[in-house]
Parts: sequence; C-alpha cells; structure tokens
Amino acid sequence: MSNSSFTTITAKPAPQETQSCWSCGTMRAAQFCDSCGKVQPPRPVDYFSFFGLPRKLNLDVSALEKDFYELSRKLHPDLNARSASQEQEWSLQQSSLLNDAYRTLKDPIKRTHYLLKLEGVELEEQSKSATEQARSSGQLKKQIVPPDLLEEVFELNMQLEELRMQKKMGEDDPALLEEIGKQRLELEQKNEALLDELKTDWKVWDALIDREQESQPVSEDERKRARDKMVDLLNRRNYIRNLVRDVSEVLEN
Amino acid sequence: MSTDRIIGIDLGTTNSLVAFLQGESPVVIPGEDGVNLVPSVVALDEKNQPVIGNAARKYLAETPERAVYSVKRLMGRGVDDIQEELKLFPFRLAEDLQAGEVIRIKLGEKTFTPPEISALILRQLKRNAERFFGSPVTKAVITVPAYFNDAQRQATKDAGRIAGLEVLRLVNEPTAASLAYGLDKKQNGTIAVYDFGGGTFDVSILKLRDGIFEVVATNGDTHLGGDDIDNLLIVIALDDTRGDLGVDLRQNPEAVQAIRKAVIEAKVALSSQASVKLNIELPGGKRYLREITREQFEQLIQPIIDRTAGPCKQALKDAGLKPEQIDEVVLVGGSTRIPRVRALVKELFHREPHIGLNPDEVVALGAAVQANILGGGSEATENMLLLDVTPLSLGIEVAGGVTDKIILRNSTVPASATQFYTTQVDGQANVAIHVLQGERELAKDCRSLARFDLKGIPGMAAGMARIEVKFLIDANGILHVSAREQRSGKESEIQVQPSYGLTDEQVESMILDSFDSAEEDFRQRQIIEARNEADTILAALDKGKKSAAWGHLTTDEKKKIAKMEKALNAVKDEEDYQAIRKSIDELNLGTTRLAELMMDTAVSTVLKGKTMEEADMGEGPTAPHPMAKAEFE
Repeated sequence: MSNSSFTTITAKPAPQETQSCWSCGTMRAAQFCDSCGKVQPPRPVDYFSFFGLPRKLNLDVSALEKDFYELSRKLHPDLNARSASQEQEWSLQQSSLLNDAYRTLKDPIKRTHYLLKLEGVELEEQSKSATEQARSSGQLKKQIVPPDLLEEVFELNMQLEELRMQKKMGEDDPALLEEIGKQRLELEQKNEALLDELKTDWKVWDALIDREQESQPVSEDERKRARDKMVDLLNRRNYIRNLVRDVSEVLEN
Repeated sequence: MSTDRIIGIDLGTTNSLVAFLQGESPVVIPGEDGVNLVPSVVALDEKNQPVIGNAARKYLAETPERAVYSVKRLMGRGVDDIQEELKLFPFRLAEDLQAGEVIRIKLGEKTFTPPEISALILRQLKRNAERFFGSPVTKAVITVPAYFNDAQRQATKDAGRIAGLEVLRLVNEPTAASLAYGLDKKQNGTIAVYDFGGGTFDVSILKLRDGIFEVVATNGDTHLGGDDIDNLLIVIALDDTRGDLGVDLRQNPEAVQAIRKAVIEAKVALSSQASVKLNIELPGGKRYLREITREQFEQLIQPIIDRTAGPCKQALKDAGLKPEQIDEVVLVGGSTRIPRVRALVKELFHREPHIGLNPDEVVALGAAVQANILGGGSEATENMLLLDVTPLSLGIEVAGGVTDKIILRNSTVPASATQFYTTQVDGQANVAIHVLQGERELAKDCRSLARFDLKGIPGMAAGMARIEVKFLIDANGILHVSAREQRSGKESEIQVQPSYGLTDEQVESMILDSFDSAEEDFRQRQIIEARNEADTILAALDKGKKSAAWGHLTTDEKKKIAKMEKALNAVKDEEDYQAIRKSIDELNLGTTRLAELMMDTAVSTVLKGKTMEEADMGEGPTAPHPMAKAEFE
C-alpha cells in the first residue's frame, strides 16, 4: 500500500486507463469494469479524479449528481450483495468513497476547503476542534478579527454583553433585541455575499488550471496568490459564521 | 438445498410481520392462525418453553411475570438509560446485573437479553415463512427505526443471528415504507414519510429520481410512540382507582395488564368514535367505569404528538426544503390512525397526507422489496436503488472532553472518515480512541459507542508515529474501524469495547438454531406439521362419514377414500415427509366431492335458519385461533 492518503495527495490523477479488470481482463473505467460490470479494488485517488474531473472549482452540480447516481448504480453494496465477499468489500469501499466525494464536491464551501487541503493549505482558523474546545472551557477563542469588521464586531459585542446582563437581571429591552436581530440578519447577508465573492476567486483559480492543461507555464506565485485569496475569504466567512452562532445563542437562551 | 429466498421483516415494538415479493407485488405471510400481525410479545409457558405472539398474550394477562412486550425499547441500551422506561413498563430486570453489562430481563426464573427476546420473535416469523414456502429460510432484511443509533442497530443484527438468520441488510423503516409506495407509482418528486409507531417516531425526506430513492434528511425519537399514549391513560386509571377506591393497583401486574388492554381498545375506538366508555373489572369484583370523549383524549395526548413536530422541522431544515416543496406525505405506523395526528401532519407539511397502504403493513412490504433488490432484483424492482443516510453524527472525543464530529448526520451511507493520531510520549505503544454518536458538543452528552485501543504501535519517539484510523459506516448504519501505522505500514490491532452490546462470543453462544442444524430442525418441524395436518384431515373425514353427505357418495368413491385413508394412516408415523405429504394431498383430492357435498348441506342448513358456526362443517386446519374469542368483556 502506498503511504498516501486522501488528504495529502498532490500528484495529478494517475493514468488509470492502463488498468485492466481483475475479472475479465478488459480495459475498464476506474471503479467498475465497462465490459463485465464488476467492481474493481479501490485505489487511493482524490475526490476530483474519482469523478474524472480536473481540479477546478466551478463545477456543474447537476451533472455531478447525474454521475453520482450512475456510479451508485454500479458500486452500491445493495447491487453487489450476491458477489463474493472480497467483491462486496470493494463495493463497500468504493461506494463510501463515492459518497464521501459527492458530499464534499457538491457543497461549494466544502469543495473549496477540500481543494485547498489538496494544495497543502492547512486552514488554522477553521480548526473546528480548537473552537469547540475554547467554547467548552468557556473562553473566547483568540481569533483575528477581519479588519473590515472590527468596528461592527466591537459594537455587537457591547450589545451582546448588555443583553446578557439584562437577561440576568430579568429585564427585557425589545429595542435592543430588535437591534441585535437586525445585526444578525446583516451578518448572514454578508456571508451570502461572500459566497458570490468566492465564485470570482474560483474563476481565477480555474483559469490557472486551464492554462496548465494547455501546457502554459503557471508560476508558483500565481498559484499562491489565488489560494491565499480563497483562504482569506474562508477565514472571514468562518469568523462571521461563529459570530452568528454566538448571537443566536444569546438571543435564543 | 436451501433456496436463496430472502424475507423482509418488520420487527416492531408492538407487532412484527414477515413479507416477500410474490411476482410483482410484496405480500405479508400470515402465521399459522391466519393473522398477518404477530404481536411482539414473548412468554414462557409452564414448561419454560417460549411462546410468541398471540399465544403469548394469554400469559401477559394471567402470569405477567412470565411475559414481556415492547422489548424493542430496550435494544442496545444500558441500565442507566432505561430508568424512565422502567417507571412505565413492567420490565423485570435480573437482580445480579453488573454496571456496563447488557440488560437481562426476567421471564419466570430465567433471564434473557433484549436481542434474545427479539430473536424469539424473529424465529417465529422465520418459521411462518418456512411453513408458507415449504422450505428453509436463512436470509433476511430487517427494518429498524431510522433514528436507531449504532448500538441499537447492532443489537438488532445480533438478534437476527441468534434467530439463525443472516441479516443481509438493516433498512430504515420510513425508507422501507417509501419503497413499498414507490413500487406502485414510479414517479419523480420529493416525499416525506411520517412514521409514528408503537414505540418509535421517525421522519424521513426522500428525493425520488428514476428509481433511485435518495434520503436527504432523517430525524426522530426512538422513544416516542403509541406506547406513551397508552401509558398516559393507564396512569390516569391507576390514579383514579387509588383516589376513589383506595386501592393501589401498581403492585398488581394482572390488574395493570387488564387496564392496559382496555385503554388500548379505547384509544383505537376513539379514532372512529366521538366518545368511549371504559368498563374494567378490578380485583375484588369492583368495576372501573369512565367515559372519555375524543376532545378530552386529544387534549390529553397533544403534548405527546407535539413532540413529533420538532424532528419534522429539523428534517426539513436539514434537507434545505420548505414544507411547500414536499410533493407528498406518506403516513406509516398505527399511531397515524389518530385523527389529531393526521391534523398535525397537515399543519406541518401544508398538505393532506397520503393514506394508500395499510400503515401497519407498509414497512414489512418495503422490506420485502429491498430483499428482492438484494437478491438480484426482478422486473418489478428493476432500476430501484436505495441511498440512505446515517441519522446521527459520528464523533471522537478530543482533549477537553469535546466531541469532534467526523461524519455528519444525514451523510449518505456507506460513508467514511480518516483521522490521524500520533503518540504523546516516547515509545508509547497504545492509543485510546473514544467513539461517540450524537449532535451535542460535549462528549458526555453524546452516546458512547465504543472505546478502541490501538495496540502494538512500533517504538518511536513521541509524535513520530502516524496512525491512520479509518471510520466507516456501512449501508446498515453500523460502524467499522480499521487502523494502520503509516511509517511502518503495520496494521494496528484494534480492541473494541462496545459501550452497550454483546460480544461476538456472547452472540455465538446464544444462537438458537445454529446454521448447521437448521436444515435438520426444519425437516423435523416439517414432519411434525405434516403429521398434525394428517390428523386434522383424518378427523375431518371421520366427521364426514357421520354426516348426511356421506350417503350421497357412490360405493366406488367410498372404497377409494377408504384406501387412501389406510395409506395415510400407514405412513403418517414414519419419518418420510414426502410420503406423508403425498398421502395427504391424495386424500385431500379424493375427498373434494365429499367436502363439496358437506358444504352444500351446511349452506342449506344456514338457509334453514342456523348459523354457519352451528352447521356441521368439520374442523379445518385454519380454524380461527382460540384466543380470538377470549376477549375482554
């Protein structure tokens, strides 16, 4: 077995066309044999190459769904329940890989995260467990506040503190509640807008991949700039999402 | 010789059923008594032999300490998390239960784990199917509530194994129901299944696309059902009798069972009547009388049925859908017969729910469809494929007692996640992993599934080992874990301590009919059943000879019958099943005209003013079960 895992593979998709089916010997598709339909042993591939896709971020989700259904009809354990136990095991592995890949790629945020991970970027601020840990110990996690949000966050935190105090005293200030509710809505809208912004970042990245495929040179600096933009955006988005969650917690408790 | 026939089983809290796909459509296989529903009641008779289903109900009333019902509520649970159930259900636990041990329930002087009791029900269904097919059955699809966790699923699978069944797939009940519906009308759309049964509540939202049934979200409560409604009414009756009569019946299991029976009947009646009168005989000859109007009933149960609203809203939210985007709502489970429940469903989904198939049978029918798909499919199930999800997030405990979720709820199964672990100190050989299931942030608030010990990590400096642990949830919703140290490529040994469950060895020792003897057991049973049938037909023939119809036969006919009767008598005590069967069939055929003549006589007797029952019809093997007449009065 190779040393690689799904999270660290950076190589381009292997030329799988040279493989032949273990059962009938015919040339086959990656996961099952085109000729006899038998499920093939799983190979460590990244999610993009599992679907035979380039590592581009703008993808047609409805076409992906169609592929997902088609592959499910070949790989799902229900359809291989009468096969030998080794084949059933492959079907289980392939099918879970298919589901994991589809779940990750169909969601724009998860897809971007995954691509960045493939590119070797560790998104520190996204470290979920660290956040949960900080929450459980009652401390606020030290997070870098995105500069453009500084003023807003400061104001919001003051209001949240006031609301907490009021709740403790059993007081009720509808005006404050309304104001905080309004801010939450604005934050949510901001996050929606970030999603649109992300799509422009995708275009920059996808253009680099297109150039690569046409064998045009792409400098590491260009790649890095495209990645960093997305990392920055995801960090901001994550920050806002946590903020919305905190606000919701105070409002609903 | 065993055929590859796969049966579909609905192992319910209140009733269980077995079904299979006959040609184009799924059908329920009735029991010996001709009834489709096998009550999920198990009792021990005077000789400590297990009695299942309708026959066990008698014990529930007469010797409740030798009977148990609703055992599904205990599947895959520990003593500490069934305290609420113990207040409401007459479960008698073994006195010597140790902490962390699988629950054992007392029946008479014996004790059984919940999977063993479920296995007795499963074996009964297996036998019903074998009687029906005339051949052994070893493979099954069993349904479970969609919201069942890993331990509850594992316990169900164990029960199957103990019953001598290879469980090819656990299917979620609402999903199974959708398969039964989908068979009729192969159409695309989004449906919601609202499954409110005897002990559990599930809601699932599915996308139907050209035969693919893709569950997009599921939610539920594994301890919410018609049982809870019954218990409300029982508590009222018990409080009434204590208050007005000054007798506390809580310590009197017979009386409690009598009340339970009466309130269930009242509950059922209130779905079609405006009011109902409870009239229960109490110990000491007094009667408990009470009128309940539907309005009072609805008020009383509102808090219970309201508890189904939360999961429905959450499922819609998880699916990213608004109620208006649901094309159809399907009702499953006996509790959906309550008009107030239907009204709530209408409020939640903004549409009239669909009530096409019998809500008691639809899950078993769907299980039969899935069984057919697993068996290679047929014309009826061509292109059908189920893509189900895991109902609960899977997590592992990280520093600070926090749950790190690695597979989120509503992920399509099979699903997997890979985690990397390293060592904290030089030369560390073991790493402990605590696996959890649930949505809460802290490990202590989630369900503990198991503790894994990775062992035999090669000696390395702290932080050097890189152990890849793969968590995989299979299509049954059951977790598998494998581990590998990446630098050495060595498979790490995993020691599993299930938090609530039987070990492999325990299951092995419990198996009722081991696979090896299944064939032999079946042959024996077949012979016994054939002998019983022979006795029945010979007794009927004796009766026939005394009837007026006998006189209408020709001497030749009578001679032939006598010859066949002699032949059957000669073989029926031999060990040759085929010979007995052949003689029975011959005698059956040979007496057709006699039976017809007797029927004519019987019908003409009816015309003279007698009822069919009084008429001399002889006793057939499918005479009504004696229990049916012993109703509460």
